[in-house]
Amino acid sequence: MGQTLLRKVWDLHAVRTLPTGQTQLFIGLHLIHEVTTPQAFDALRERGWSVAFPNRTFGTVDHIVPTRERARPFLDVMAEGMMSALERNTKDFGLSLWNLGDQRQGIVHVVGPEMGLTQPGMTIACGDSHTSTHGAFGSIAFGIGTSQVRDVLATQCLAMEPLKVRRIRVTGRLQPGVFAKDVVLAIIRTLGVRGGVGYAYEFAGDVLDNMSMDERMTVCNMAIEGGARVGYVNPDETTFKYIEGRPFAPQGEAFERAKAWWRSLRSDADAVYDDDVEIDGSALTPVVTWGVNPEQSVGVGECLPSPAAVSQSDRPAVTDALDYMGFAGGQAMAGTRVDVAFIGSCTNGRLSDLREAANVVRGRHVAAHVKALVVPGSAGVRTQAEAEGLHEVFRAAGFEWREAGCSMCLGMNPDKLDGRQVCASSSNRNFKGRQGSPTGRTLLMSPAMVAAAAVAGEVVDVREMVR
Amino acid sequence: MAIVRIQTVTGRALSVPGDDIDTDRIIPARYLRAITFEGMQDHVFEDDRKAATAAGARHPFDDPRFQGASVLVVNRNFGCGSSREHAPQAILRWGVQAIVGESFAEIFFGNSVVIGMPCVTAAPEDVRRLMTAIEADPAVDVRVDLESMTCAWADQQVAVTMPAAVRDAFRSGAWDTTGMLLDRYEEVRAVAAQLPYITQFQA
Repeated sequence: MGQTLLRKVWDLHAVRTLPTGQTQLFIGLHLIHEVTTPQAFDALRERGWSVAFPNRTFGTVDHIVPTRERARPFLDVMAEGMMSALERNTKDFGLSLWNLGDQRQGIVHVVGPEMGLTQPGMTIACGDSHTSTHGAFGSIAFGIGTSQVRDVLATQCLAMEPLKVRRIRVTGRLQPGVFAKDVVLAIIRTLGVRGGVGYAYEFAGDVLDNMSMDERMTVCNMAIEGGARVGYVNPDETTFKYIEGRPFAPQGEAFERAKAWWRSLRSDADAVYDDDVEIDGSALTPVVTWGVNPEQSVGVGECLPSPAAVSQSDRPAVTDALDYMGFAGGQAMAGTRVDVAFIGSCTNGRLSDLREAANVVRGRHVAAHVKALVVPGSAGVRTQAEAEGLHEVFRAAGFEWREAGCSMCLGMNPDKLDGRQVCASSSNRNFKGRQGSPTGRTLLMSPAMVAAAAVAGEVVDVREMVR
Repeated sequence: MAIVRIQTVTGRALSVPGDDIDTDRIIPARYLRAITFEGMQDHVFEDDRKAATAAGARHPFDDPRFQGASVLVVNRNFGCGSSREHAPQAILRWGVQAIVGESFAEIFFGNSVVIGMPCVTAAPEDVRRLMTAIEADPAVDVRVDLESMTCAWADQQVAVTMPAAVRDAFRSGAWDTTGMLLDRYEEVRAVAAQLPYITQFQA
């Protein structure tokens, strides 16, 4: 009987069964940032521990860094304190840090792959739930909390419970104007935000096979929004081509040996899954969220659900979401006025995302009432985008062009919504207050859809703009 | 380090009803700009509490009847979203020592285990009954027992569940994992030495 990639990689990293029955899992790559680590390093100091595998931990700064005024010390003394702590901690414990000013700085889930650190067959942990992004390469990657960051630093291991595997096959071919973001939002709409609890999601099918690595990362990034801590895609030639030649990739003959090993890790054709789901990719349209969790979404041409039309168990959540958003059940999604347009984040802050958005805004201008910003996911993405002239396209259209960071995804740095502003956002979470204003409102959509909304000043179907 | 075994939690309870309560709501991101967990309890559910007050209502964490509670009762998928350990830390530091719910998001569940706050799952109708009982009598003592895997209050007792390995971790004190992971460390080095990417794909 065949095995899934998850099972193969898990078994290769299983050290032993702990007395509790949990698996002690070796973590091959540990990524750290300024927000979820200071307490972990302090715990190491208190107990007199060192870092077990210092060459397997890499740090960068992303969550709290400003994307405009980056002179040190930061105006925000608390953010400055966190920066200084990470600088001190990485220095004291002998770890790499890709700091501001370094071309390798950026959102942790953008720079790991960009530098070739992220590779198939690895176990990858980071104190950030969107670590699932790295599963796009056929690694088993998941978010952890700060005490677990302490465990990985001190032992390079975690105590883990086994995961089931659900294969999600997206068949057919995406229509023009429908993107990876729409695919993952549609998956979450179908399976729900709780559907993935206890599972790893294996994303497969023709649509995934035909995706670039950037697109696969977008899909895996939001596995966690579907409740799945881990999402992955089996590695293939697209994966290998992406990795080849990057700074941390194996070189020459070692790369050939690596490819042979990576191929061996793919899920076997006769692998048995705990669940199997098929979604018709050809039927998908651009998806927009209307509520306060990522399953509360509709196709851009659809209307919002009315509380009377949903099941009794869903009714309180739908009513609460409509109330928070100030929307009426049954109203059309298209035409919803937006105040802010945000293009960026670990979900959609990569070069291909910026290209798609630039294609929409080229020769057009942002609506007068909209504040629009583009925040590249990394310093590297920023440099590449500028080499292609994308920054000029965005600026000419009235977008602000910022430095790399998490920015307006999460309200932990100066980029925040004000009051009840509505934001068309290429990020991953539309939770209440997520974008930094306790009453702010988020509409999740693809970067191209955000660009279209910025220009129109309201939610529109991007397919009508680029036809 | 002293081994702390966690077998029962007994005390008054409070409930925060609602499915899919995410960690941004439990602790808004602006309070993550800190290098310790100290004081997190002051901001637990802050925006929800303010919104409730503004609407003329009272959030359970602000309700005088529930001050001093040590058991939290919740519905489905509690703690979804961001992996921030600040969320269970804020709840624990506020005084909660155990959570009873219909289901939990995995990262939140794992973070709670590592800080010694058991999260047990109960049937939806039992959670509803418990919530009703707490509302009717905020002084009622609720007992979460990891020995018998039950939750009891007044004259009621219902079954609760938790993965066997996690239950054992609490009962044996092995929920504080680092020591256990450092034990027999030669086995870790042996596993690492066999991973091709750790050995740079040498022939």
